[in-house]
Amino acid sequence: MTQNSSVIEVSGLHKTYAPGFDALKGVSLEINQGEIFALLGPNGAGKTTLINIICGIVDKTSGAIRINGHDNVLDFRKARSQIGLVPQELSTEIFESVEATVSFSRGLFGKPPNPDHIEKVLKTLALWDKRKDIIMTLSGGMKKRVAIAKALAHEPKILFLDEPTAGVDVGLRQAMWEFVGQLREEGVTIILTTHYIEEAEQIADRIGVINHGEIILVEDKHKLMRELGKKQLIIELDIELTHIPDDLRRYNLVFGASGSELIYNYDTQASQTGITSLLGELGTAGIRFHDVKTKQSSLEDIFVGLVK
Amino acid sequence: MNWYGVRAIYTFEMARWGRTLFQSIVAPVISTSLYFIVFGAAIGSRITEIDGVSYGAFIVPGLIMLSLLTESISNASFGIYFPRYSGSIYEILSAPISFAEATIGYVGAAATKSVIVGLVIFATAHLFVDVHVMHPQWMLLFLILTAVTFSMFGFILGIWADNWEKLSIVPTLIITPLAFLGGSFYSIKMLPEFWQTVSLFNPVVYLISGFRWAFYENADVNVGFSLGMTVIFLLTCITIVYWIFKTGYRLRS
Ligand SMILES: Nc1ncnc2c1ncn2[C@@H]1O[C@H](COP(=O)(O)OP(=O)(O)OP(=O)(O)O)[C@@H](O)[C@H]1O
Ligand SMILES: [Mg+2]
Repeated sequence: MTQNSSVIEVSGLHKTYAPGFDALKGVSLEINQGEIFALLGPNGAGKTTLINIICGIVDKTSGAIRINGHDNVLDFRKARSQIGLVPQELSTEIFESVEATVSFSRGLFGKPPNPDHIEKVLKTLALWDKRKDIIMTLSGGMKKRVAIAKALAHEPKILFLDEPTAGVDVGLRQAMWEFVGQLREEGVTIILTTHYIEEAEQIADRIGVINHGEIILVEDKHKLMRELGKKQLIIELDIELTHIPDDLRRYNLVFGASGSELIYNYDTQASQTGITSLLGELGTAGIRFHDVKTKQSSLEDIFVGLVK
Repeated sequence: MNWYGVRAIYTFEMARWGRTLFQSIVAPVISTSLYFIVFGAAIGSRITEIDGVSYGAFIVPGLIMLSLLTESISNASFGIYFPRYSGSIYEILSAPISFAEATIGYVGAAATKSVIVGLVIFATAHLFVDVHVMHPQWMLLFLILTAVTFSMFGFILGIWADNWEKLSIVPTLIITPLAFLGGSFYSIKMLPEFWQTVSLFNPVVYLISGFRWAFYENADVNVGFSLGMTVIFLLTCITIVYWIFKTGYRLRS
C-alpha cells in the first residue's frame, strides 16, 4: 500500500456484555485507506462484537472509534454514512422484493434515489433478473448477495463483511472475492472476517488476529508470508557433533533434538536458498549424513499456535 | 435531518400495509358494521336517544376511536417489533439516522394508517345512520392526536415487548377494556356516581368524550379538558420514547 492514512482508528476499546465478562479487552486497531483487512480469530473471539460496535449496532463500554476523524457516537451521521455492513447473520425483511429492499437501504442512509446505481449493484451481483422476486423465495446464496447489495446501495467508502463466505458454494465464493477485489480497485476499504484462512491469505493486504477479546497480531500479509515462507531443512547426521564447525557459521545452523540433528532455516522466497552449497560444504568438512527432510508451517499452523 | 431516511421508513411501512390493504381496510369495516347492527338495531331500539342524539349516531365517534386505538397500537408495535424479532433492525441501528427520525418514520406511518381506517369507518357509518359533524376541524384534531399518541404508545410497546405474547397481551388485557369502559357505547353519565368517578381515571374517556363533542357538542367532560388530557398523554409517550433513545433500552446491547 502506498497510501497509509488510516480510515478507522479504534483505541482502547472495551466491551462488557455482562458484569465479569469482557468480550473486548482494550482493542486498538488502525485500518488503512483502501486496504483489504482480514480479521481472523476463533469462534467467540470478539470479531462480530468489534464490527458491530464500529457500525453502531452494539454500544461500547469504553474507548474511542474514529471514522475518517469522525467520532462514531458524537458524530454518528458522518461516521456511519461512510460505512456499509454485511452482517454475519442474514436478516432482512423477507416479504419485500429485492429491488425495494435495496432501495430502502439507500434511502435509510440518507441518499437520494438513484435507480442507475441500484441497477449497477444488482447487475454486478447477478441479481438483476431477480429484482422483482420476494426475498423469501430466494436461495441462501442469493440472500447473501442481497445483503451485499443492501450494504453497497449507498455507495459506502468502507465495507465490513462479517463472514461473507460462510455457507456459500465455491463458485459464488470465487465470484465474491473477485467482486471484493473490484471494489478495492474503486477505492473502497474492506474489512472482512473469515474462518477460511487460505481466503485471507489470497485476498488480504493485512491480517489481524483476535483472541479472547484481544488483538494479538496485526501484520502485513507479505511480511507474514515471508515469515511463513521460512522453511526448515533437517539433516540427520551419522555421528553426533559437539559443536558446529566455524566454516559453517554463515548458515546459522542450530542443533535439533540432539547433536545428530542439524537444522537450517532458509527462506524459500530468496533467490538462493543456500541448500546446495550447505550440503556441499558438509561433505567437504567430512560430516556425513543419512537423511534430509524439510518442514514448513502453514498459516493455519501459525494461527492455531497463536490462538492456543 | 436525514429526510431520505425518514421517507424510506415511512414508505416501507406503508408498503407493508399496502400488501395486505384488503384485510387492513375490510376487517375494521366489517367489525364496525357488526357493531352497528348489534348495538344500533338491537339496543338502539330500546335506548333511542342520549342527550338528544339517536343511539346509532351516538356510538359513531366511540366506534371510530375504538378502531383508531387498536389499529394505532397494533400497527406501530408490530412495525418496530418485527425488525427486532427478525434481526433486520441492525440496518436501522447502523444507518446515519437518529432515533427521533426513525420514530417519525414508524409512528408517522402507523398514525397515517389508522387515520385512514378511521375515515373509512366514518364513511361506513353513513350507510347506517345520519351523522353530522358540528366541528370537523376538532374532529380531525382529535383523530390525528389520538392516532399519533397511540401509535407512539404502540411503538413503546413494540420496543418493550420481548416476545409475541407480551406484544398481544397489552392490547387485549389493557387497551380493549379501557376502550370499552371509556364510553364508546354509552355516556358515562349513565353510570352510578361511584363508577363515574372511577371512569375519570380512564384516559380513553377523555379521547372519546372530546371526539364526540366534535360531532354533537355533547360531552362527558369539558372539551378543553379532554384536549389537555390527550396532550398530556402524548407528552408522556414522547418522554418515554426520548428516554428509550437516550439509553438505547432494548435496542442496543
Ligand atoms: N449480545 C450479547 N450478549 C452477551 N454476550 C454476547 C453477546 N454477543 C456476543 N457475546 C459474547 O461475546 C463474545 C464474542 O462474541 P462475537 O460474536 O463477537 O464473536 P466472534 O469472534 O464474532 O465469533 P464467531 O466466529 O463465532 O462469529 C462471545 O463470548 C459471545 O458469547
Ligand atoms: Mg462473528
